[in-house]
Amino acid sequence: MPAQQIKFYQTGSLVVGNRLLDPDKRTVQADTHRPNALTSGHRACQGCGEALGARYAVDAAIRAAEGRMVVVNATGCLEVFSTPYPETSWQVAWIHSLFGNAPAVATGVAAALKAKGRTDVRVVGQGGDGGTVDIGFACLSGMFERNDDVLYICYDNQAYMNTGVQRSGATPPAARTMTTQAVGDEPGNPFGQGKNVPLIAMAHEIPYVATATVADLRDLEYKVRRAMEFRGARYLHVLVPCPLGWATASCDTIKVARLAKESGLFPVFEAESGEITSVSPIRRRVPVEEYLKIQGRYAHLFGDPPRTDVIAAIQAMADRNIRRFRLWTEVD
Amino acid sequence: MLRQMEGSQAVAESVAMCRPEVICAYPISPQTHIVEGLSRLVKSGRLTPCEYVNVESEFAALSACIGASAAGARTYTATSSQGLLYMAEALYNAGGLGLPIVMTVANRAIGAPINIWNDHSDAMSQRDSGWLQLYAEDNQEALDLHIQAFRIAEELSLPVMVCMDGFVLTHAYERVDLPAPERVHAFLPPYEPRQVLDPDDPASIGAMVGPEAFTEVRYLAHLRHLRALDLIPAVADEFAAAFGRGSGGLVGHYRLDDAETVVVAMGSVLGTIKDVVDERREHGERVGALAIKTFRPFPFAAVRRALRGARRVVVIERTLAVGVGGVVADNVRGALDTMAPEGPAPYLATVIAGLGGRPITKASLHDLFARAAADLLEPLTFLDLRHDLIERELRRERAARRSGASAENLLRDLATGGV
Repeated sequence: MPAQQIKFYQTGSLVVGNRLLDPDKRTVQADTHRPNALTSGHRACQGCGEALGARYAVDAAIRAAEGRMVVVNATGCLEVFSTPYPETSWQVAWIHSLFGNAPAVATGVAAALKAKGRTDVRVVGQGGDGGTVDIGFACLSGMFERNDDVLYICYDNQAYMNTGVQRSGATPPAARTMTTQAVGDEPGNPFGQGKNVPLIAMAHEIPYVATATVADLRDLEYKVRRAMEFRGARYLHVLVPCPLGWATASCDTIKVARLAKESGLFPVFEAESGEITSVSPIRRRVPVEEYLKIQGRYAHLFGDPPRTDVIAAIQAMADRNIRRFRLWTEVD
Repeated sequence: MLRQMEGSQAVAESVAMCRPEVICAYPISPQTHIVEGLSRLVKSGRLTPCEYVNVESEFAALSACIGASAAGARTYTATSSQGLLYMAEALYNAGGLGLPIVMTVANRAIGAPINIWNDHSDAMSQRDSGWLQLYAEDNQEALDLHIQAFRIAEELSLPVMVCMDGFVLTHAYERVDLPAPERVHAFLPPYEPRQVLDPDDPASIGAMVGPEAFTEVRYLAHLRHLRALDLIPAVADEFAAAFGRGSGGLVGHYRLDDAETVVVAMGSVLGTIKDVVDERREHGERVGALAIKTFRPFPFAAVRRALRGARRVVVIERTLAVGVGGVVADNVRGALDTMAPEGPAPYLATVIAGLGGRPITKASLHDLFARAAADLLEPLTFLDLRHDLIERELRRERAARRSGASAENLLRDLATGGV
């Protein structure tokens, strides 16, 4: 009797398990010889999106660099929770200098390696949204403009979480932070144009720009791998939910990241030399309400009476993203 | 080889002979000619291998130097004035990380009011950033100090500022002796870092340190500075033996034997001071000069030894600690305080001079020294201060709350002859 081919499907997810893939198609994290750049024992909060994103991103980069890599870290949660003296969680050559200079320090490392003829060693800079879109922005733009051979990864949790949840240039409208509190007639962060650093990075026409979330770690690994195929300045912007700052359940980090993408609020795409080359389509479109209501930082929108006007304005932002990036088409 | 050249070009040639592998810089007067020269040397292929990185700010310049130095490259930058302030956070970081970056500071005033001319306010403001500070008297010494600075920095794992007076030195054409590159190479071996970003031996550099060890980390930095007090004169001696001329060191003595009045200063003003000392010596006045060549770490013992026997010490300095007076003078006083067992400490007078590029003339110094010799010098003097202008402005301020911007008022008074 011929063996019956058995198919496995995970429930509640559209993702197929690694075990069903050929070994060469499996994720870096599925490999027992993964680099383990950020080892266990660090002091991140339970459910930290940044720790998850950084582990996948740095491991994938090390794999792409065949182990020859230097990491430059901005001040922030990732730096503090990974290197409390005399301990370190990093199993990679790693330096932390200041909050606002990680892209420039990475430029310097790349320049030194070039002068020494060590072009086999790759350089990755990384920081949170504060260190990237605010205080480190001038250095980031300079690094882009010179097209220095650095992959810079921003782990965006949409506020200054390390200092206790204050507003950053990446904080979305209406979100409550300790400096945009849920009081007054217009509670939370004011509506504005925002600072969309992936688009600003594209305006520099650097070789590669991509966004990703920790809801799709296979996609994150792919984008790191793809970024490492280029030389010059590359930028990866990863949405990493923060249970503390977003007031979400620790077990909901992946879910809330997925809803950010599926609602259209966080477009996931990649671009080469200033042109978008692919977008990750929305697979199951959800109203923004579904994303907002599981986060305590938006709780003031769901009081009595609910702020349907604000929710509608946020929905309009999502709709604009969907149109602009062509994230969803009604088919089948 | 003797050459007639601009101070900035001499420094650029000197730095190039030290074979830096990474240079990151941002333009600011009066430093800019130095990095222009270096950029030309790199681009023409005369200085290779070397990466010259045009950055977008001084903060980025020093930050890129931090990365390059941590990756094991010999690293150089230069700045002035506001640029040094913009680097401030990274200065402390480079000092704390113990990265042997060498930087020229073409000394210039700090605004407001904005002023591009020379004084020492910039370097003085960063005196406790953990960098060694060496001061050049002339362009030959500026050239020589850079060669010594790389040796000192790399031996101690500490960053070094070579301070030279903006415009007065950077833009002055003087005869300098450019050493043969081979001799510089023999004096300055390739950089061997203590700690480096190496994928084969990964380390975490720049970890967070809490109360349990922060004091110890800072104390170790202090110890390294104290070691510099031994190393700097040793390197200066070795330099003299190798190149046949004295440069650098902790302090410089000029006609101090039997001097009753000793004038203490740093930088290019010492040239004028020495001329005035010579002229007054001809009239039998027992006056001498002490050059502070290393300001950080401060050479307390060497200063104390030099001032032993003096009755009066006149510190002429190109900076003002607003609300206090002198900065160098405070350090000199610290050296005198421990003199008690050897007899009474001399009278110390602070003279604030040459701020924002005001010339320090021989005539003014003669007048100053005469008053010092007659024991008429106040504890704090502002050389050539225009009291008439000050009085007029103070009257205006008393008369009306909105009396206008002081700087503009003073300039108008000057233009109209005070009418």
